[in-house]
Amino acid sequence: MAYSFPEEVLEHVFSFLSSDKDRNSVSLVCKSWYEIERWCRRRIFVGNCYAVSPGIVIRRFPEVRAVEMKGKPHFADFNLVPEGWGGYVYPWIAAMSAAYPLLEEIKLKRMVVTDECLELISKSFKNFKVLVLSSCEGFTTDGLASIAANCRHLRELDLRESEVEDLSGHWLSHFPDNCTSLVSLNMSCLGSEVSFSALERLVARSPNLRTLRLNRAVPLEKLANLIRRAPQLVELGTGAYSAEIRSDILLNLTEAFSACKQLKGLSGFWDVVPAYLPAMYSVCSGITSLNLSYATIQSFDLVKLVTQCRNLQRLWVLDYIEDSGLEALASSCKDLQELRVFPSDPFGAEPNVSLTEQGLVSVSKGCPKLQSVLYFCRQMSNAALISIAKNRPKMVRFRLCIIEPRAPDYLTLEPLDAGFGAIVENCKELRRLSLSGLLTDRVFKYIGTHAKKLEMLSIAFAGDSDLGLHHVLSGCESLRKLEIRDCPFGDKALLANAAKLETMRSLWMSSCSVSYGACKLLGQKMPRLNVEVIDERGPPDSRPDSCPVERLYVYRTVAGRRIDMPGFVWTMDDEDSGLRFS
Amino acid sequence: MVECEKLGFEATELRLGLPGGGEKSNANYGKRGYAETVDLKLNLSTKEICLDQSDLDEKNLNKEKNLMPNCATDSVKPPAKAQVVGWPPVRSFRKNVMAVQKKSDSEEAEKGTGGAAAFVKVSMDGAPYLRKVDLKMYKTYQELSDALGKMFSSFTIGKCDSQGMMDFMNESKLMDLLNGSDYVPTYEDKDGDWMLVGDVPWEMFVESCKRLRIMKGTEAKGLASGLDFGVE
Repeated sequence: MAYSFPEEVLEHVFSFLSSDKDRNSVSLVCKSWYEIERWCRRRIFVGNCYAVSPGIVIRRFPEVRAVEMKGKPHFADFNLVPEGWGGYVYPWIAAMSAAYPLLEEIKLKRMVVTDECLELISKSFKNFKVLVLSSCEGFTTDGLASIAANCRHLRELDLRESEVEDLSGHWLSHFPDNCTSLVSLNMSCLGSEVSFSALERLVARSPNLRTLRLNRAVPLEKLANLIRRAPQLVELGTGAYSAEIRSDILLNLTEAFSACKQLKGLSGFWDVVPAYLPAMYSVCSGITSLNLSYATIQSFDLVKLVTQCRNLQRLWVLDYIEDSGLEALASSCKDLQELRVFPSDPFGAEPNVSLTEQGLVSVSKGCPKLQSVLYFCRQMSNAALISIAKNRPKMVRFRLCIIEPRAPDYLTLEPLDAGFGAIVENCKELRRLSLSGLLTDRVFKYIGTHAKKLEMLSIAFAGDSDLGLHHVLSGCESLRKLEIRDCPFGDKALLANAAKLETMRSLWMSSCSVSYGACKLLGQKMPRLNVEVIDERGPPDSRPDSCPVERLYVYRTVAGRRIDMPGFVWTMDDEDSGLRFS
Repeated sequence: MVECEKLGFEATELRLGLPGGGEKSNANYGKRGYAETVDLKLNLSTKEICLDQSDLDEKNLNKEKNLMPNCATDSVKPPAKAQVVGWPPVRSFRKNVMAVQKKSDSEEAEKGTGGAAAFVKVSMDGAPYLRKVDLKMYKTYQELSDALGKMFSSFTIGKCDSQGMMDFMNESKLMDLLNGSDYVPTYEDKDGDWMLVGDVPWEMFVESCKRLRIMKGTEAKGLASGLDFGVE
């Protein structure tokens, strides 16, 4: 006799599963488990908004409370995706406003969000709590006003690095006086000044406020007043960190900081006046995350601050820190897990600071927990990379940007194949890798052979032939996202590995040698891929099939071709071989 | 009123009719102005010019010669290399913020200007839809001109040449502007007036430009009234 658990019991068991992977596995066990699971899934993550349609999602998961979604390809961050390409969230919001009245959370990355969307969100979801717009665009501060005014239970409003048309700072004053639910507010990307008294009152009436990231326009003289009203803050982003040097301001600020016993993260620091940095010293020992990547101060001042943060786990900083500063970091911050060093003058022809591969080597030697690196520099050697690889076999994310394209090992003038080869061979847990410098097909052979856990790979100005691409596509078993620019990769490798593309989220290739004919063929062969040709020179049909396309974006989808493409995007498929369907 | 500058005919010949992109009389530009006319294909930096003079052929040498004096002096920073789009991979957000900060550091600009981008709509007569550009992404009129040319080249008639690039916009000559059907970039400024692109220093243009319109040359006649190669 077969017994089965009542549905409620299974549902309760499933409620402990938070990972999508686990829930997906559960859904495959049997029909009844599929049904039970789909009714109790509350959070969904759509890594590519065009991989599935709102209708399909809503049909399968009728009781969703939280949606996370991504739109444009990563290279859109660097202006490689023309304006107007897509990533519009409106169709999703419209569909969800009808289907998910109880929706609480929306988190979007690289999507186009309009004021209309924001207004619809604010009016459709009575229980709306969390809005995170990361690197989004298309909305103005008017849209923010709708959210502030209508979302009675708002907990999080996070606009990190979005491009907002800043009409005025008035939106903040739309938070009603009885709104006391705020936990997190990140308005650091906005330019306009908000009413300081409105901000102060908002902070004062939000006892649960944990994260406050101000924008540059909030002056340092007033920062103390704000902090005083929120001593429970865990993460603080300052505004401009400069003021004329006055001891009363310094005293005020020092006192305010010393009351923040829970502070773990600091960011902001535009226009830093070093004289005011000591105000923060009292909280340094508790700081685990420090973002100084806009602080244009010299190594000496950076070091004084950073070396006091003995429990630092994450540091984002400009290359002003220099090799000497990184060495000091390596001696003081033994818990460091993540380091990002950004270039202060990326387009200058000459180095403006003394930051070389040595800095990174020091940190890799001194920080045993280091697992995530983003490093911009002007010279690199195989020896340094090998050293880093041997020091940190647990590296998970390694993104190196040598500023000059195709720069060789500066000591031997050889390609950096051996160095990156050592990275993939030693770091068996590596999930993300960005390459730079002079690289031949050999490095791709190493990657294909060793990087079995690699999920995301970024390649620029590298390789000699299709063999390079073939190594990656045929060898990297866990690959989900591949983005390539300015490499001599063409048709052969792409077509030979067409099936691989269905196992990945997406492939981006720009300024490579993939021909229009190959794109058409790929589109015909693979109906479950959208093969998008992005070309601003006009219809690819007006050129010979052998002509290489400007950009190619291939992604798997169950939603078919999209219908919101602009005039410079064509989807290749078996129906009409590249003619745009409008 | 907008200050008109005397235009050197040669300088405007090969561009989108943008006068004086590299030859401002403004002291801030000085000799560095010629950096903007460096031929992208050569990808030369000042350093290379100083060290490998013998390798340069005559033609290139003439173009770069104004950079030579800079080699001798340590005080003048070498010009930035010709930029490849999206490289190094620094996000626009960060670039905008750093650019504004640099400006603040050196000129002590007033606070509150913010790091916001400067998106303006761009329309081109005859094109079916608008585009948008972030003016803060560019440092010179030449860069903007190149970007616009690329953006709208798909609407012109023409075949793919051996390099696959449409080059029509770069070949407009100022002479043809007023007579022919070539395109002229114009912009609406803060006061609501329509102006010819290129008359004011770049930074001033970025601050005052509200939207761009690439007009047909014939229509631009009204704007360029009395314009005799830029002499007022």
